[in-house]
Amino acid sequence: MSVRVVITGLGSVSALGVGAEALFKGLCAGVTGIGRISRFNPDGFPVRIAAEVRDLSVKDYVPKSYRKSIKVMARDIELAVAAARCAVEDAGLVTRGSADDLADEQLTYHPRRMGCNIGAGLIAADTEEMAAAMHTARTAGGGFSYPAWGGEGGQGMESLTPLWLLKYLPNMLACHVTIIHGAEGPSNTITCSEASGLLTLGESMRIIERGAADMCFSGSAESKLNPMGLLRLDFARRLAHLPDVTAGQTPLRPYDPQTPGGVLGEGGGIVILENAQTAKARKARVYAEVVGFGGGHSDAHYSAGEHDEGFGYAIENALDDAGISPDKIDVIIPMGSGVPELDRPELGALRRIFGSRLGEIPLVTIQPNVGNCVAGLGGLQVVAGAMCLHTQTLPARLHAGQPAAGICAGAAPSRGAKLEYALMCSGSLGGQNAAVVLKAWR
Amino acid sequence: MNHRIVITGMGWVTPLGSDVDSVWTKLLAGASGVGRVSRFDAGTFKTNFAAEVKNFRLADFLGPSWAAHEEAGLSTKFALAAAAQAFRQSGLDALAATGKLKKRRFGIYLGAGEGTLDFDNYAESNLAGWNTQLDGGRGGLDTVAWAKKAYERMSAIREIEQEPQMTLAHLATAFGCRGPASNCMTACAASTQAVGEAFEILRHGDADLMLAGGAHTMIHPLGMTGFIRLTAMSRRCDDPQHAPRPFDRTRDGFVMGEGAGMIILETLDHALARGASPLCEIVGYGSTADAFRITDIQPEGKGAQGAMLEACRQAGINPREPGPDGRPQVHYISAHGTGTKENDSIETKAVKGVFGPMAPRVPFSSVKSMLGHLIQAAGAVELMTCVQAIRTGFLPPTMNLNTPDPECDLDHIPNQARDCRAQGGVEVCLSNSFGFGGQNDTICVRKWRG
Repeated sequence: MSVRVVITGLGSVSALGVGAEALFKGLCAGVTGIGRISRFNPDGFPVRIAAEVRDLSVKDYVPKSYRKSIKVMARDIELAVAAARCAVEDAGLVTRGSADDLADEQLTYHPRRMGCNIGAGLIAADTEEMAAAMHTARTAGGGFSYPAWGGEGGQGMESLTPLWLLKYLPNMLACHVTIIHGAEGPSNTITCSEASGLLTLGESMRIIERGAADMCFSGSAESKLNPMGLLRLDFARRLAHLPDVTAGQTPLRPYDPQTPGGVLGEGGGIVILENAQTAKARKARVYAEVVGFGGGHSDAHYSAGEHDEGFGYAIENALDDAGISPDKIDVIIPMGSGVPELDRPELGALRRIFGSRLGEIPLVTIQPNVGNCVAGLGGLQVVAGAMCLHTQTLPARLHAGQPAAGICAGAAPSRGAKLEYALMCSGSLGGQNAAVVLKAWR
Repeated sequence: MNHRIVITGMGWVTPLGSDVDSVWTKLLAGASGVGRVSRFDAGTFKTNFAAEVKNFRLADFLGPSWAAHEEAGLSTKFALAAAAQAFRQSGLDALAATGKLKKRRFGIYLGAGEGTLDFDNYAESNLAGWNTQLDGGRGGLDTVAWAKKAYERMSAIREIEQEPQMTLAHLATAFGCRGPASNCMTACAASTQAVGEAFEILRHGDADLMLAGGAHTMIHPLGMTGFIRLTAMSRRCDDPQHAPRPFDRTRDGFVMGEGAGMIILETLDHALARGASPLCEIVGYGSTADAFRITDIQPEGKGAQGAMLEACRQAGINPREPGPDGRPQVHYISAHGTGTKENDSIETKAVKGVFGPMAPRVPFSSVKSMLGHLIQAAGAVELMTCVQAIRTGFLPPTMNLNTPDPECDLDHIPNQARDCRAQGGVEVCLSNSFGFGGQNDTICVRKWRG
């Protein structure tokens, strides 16, 4: 008999706040977190806006005994640790991370049966820390000196903390979560830009289906909200060159021929995936069932450009896996980035697969609210999709312009709706594509 | 029902060369790929040596089509060269030429690392951004000055090529993979995990054919810096060739290597239908997390044991019992064997935990003593040494193992390769990879018997 996989806990961190409730409330109320960058002075950049997470204190999301480890957490890791803790609490689980000194018999899961797959991005070293260290390793002329960098006496590389590297390894999101919560099952870190979160969800689903775990942390998080990250995304032509925005209004225009480009966000979503049987045994609340996953690669690197084939394969594979035809899909939580090179293949694939019915399927774009959280996007899509199905509600949509004809992506208020199947899909910088189908749980 | 999965092609780029058979010969002869760092001035670094890939030209592997990847990062080029060898050996180049390669059913799963930092321009930008006047004279980052220099110096393509999915992107486009595509970064376990997950994708039927493996170089100033600060690397600067010494009592850390290993995996049905010859069968994959500490391995190697036990269980092997021929049921373990104090003794403990009374009889060596540690590429390359052991009946040695360590007292094949042909050859191997932060992966391969 085949295993059914369900979502029993939601956690997220975004510019709309901490927790799935905050995310969905913000989406329904049509709030945008996009504003001028405050984390650092962005005046030297052509891009000065982003959707920042404010007031996150990661120490509130780890047990007291773990607080000393916070100093080796890059921002990306903090986001994942906070989202994972929200998911655990939301799922009603007691883990090793719930409090210090819990006895094993107080835990409500088996550590060896708990997996952890978290999508992540390339984490840039803190520029200030690195600049300070490099300043101690200059030539007489003020340039960088390799011999001085190798040097002695606390100068050069020795001015970096010994654990410096561990702050920036992408697998540290998952590693901290496994350690905090005691997840000893299969664990992975997928790094495929915006597609990471959905790829991770698919892998977690398969792990539970094949019986290698009963539960799995699954999702993604990233923050490129630092000088290096902003520079890289700008170089990748992902970002609108906007110096500022009107407070409370999104500048994003997904699928709009006149789109100025995307907006950077930071955040992520982590959910608890669970075997429906263990969920039933512990009387857990079920948000939705994960019924389909598919992946596919585009015929291009850097950007899919006009090629929508790989994006379409991912969606078709997910629909096949779910055993449903496209006409069953009631809502889509797409990538919707407002970047022409990403909007085109996404829209091309959606039009090809859904035909004229695409105009009737709401495209719930979340980037106008939370920005492009890059690797964090997929986790947020899944949290949003699960909330749509669970509450039978479509969030409000924000849009600063007019989307292309024949699609349902323009500005709209929130409303109740009968929703059975939700599709999440994403491409990426690099050409990886992934799609997930969720089904309402009855 | 699960599909059976076979390996039909392999290729690698290593510090000892880039051809499977000739590098294998060197490994059996105990050659060393270690020397002084030549790529930048590491003279004053506490560790100033590494195992570099030398005399590498992508055009030698891809022909004229290499030019499409000219701007790719170095590790991506290693990956392309390794994949080209695997593609050819598996006969897929011929299949692709006839247009019969079903691209949509051809997936890719890599454990490739990030591209190389554009270090000099990065350093210049950081120096330009540091303002000694800020923060009451303590100094601080002036992001406006930083951005000015960075936009002036850095190049878009070199920055994009550092994104960790770019190796995957290049390979997928070069070889026509349109099926499921993922890249994982689980530190030193990554490419074992990538092959393992590719195996699962095929078993589940999500693809018929997968390109899997890893590629990485951290032989650049910040990569070396990170591991020097962690005191994880050997500091035997006066004798680099003898620096990597896994399981030796005087071991003082790993030696950085670089390279790529790529494998073609497919369902048995797919391989047989197209007349491909399996090199061996993958029969088990175990993946666990220590969930212990960021910097330390669980002292009993509990997670490592879990990974090995799961791989054996799937292969139908009871590691504590001899096989019908009286030999252990596993004929070789390719150790993670980094040459750090902690790893080698705990890995030895873990093997004892899994194999019990059989442990002293299971050969268990580390090719990192010759190749150095290829970081994310290590697992795939080491899995390929297991396939070579099965194909040839020889086992590679652990070199520089001269001073026995009571905590590493298993059969580490010290300093001399072993010919197992008279004892029935090598039929079943495990390959172990463990990543920083506690990720453990083991793959079990078995001789293909038809």
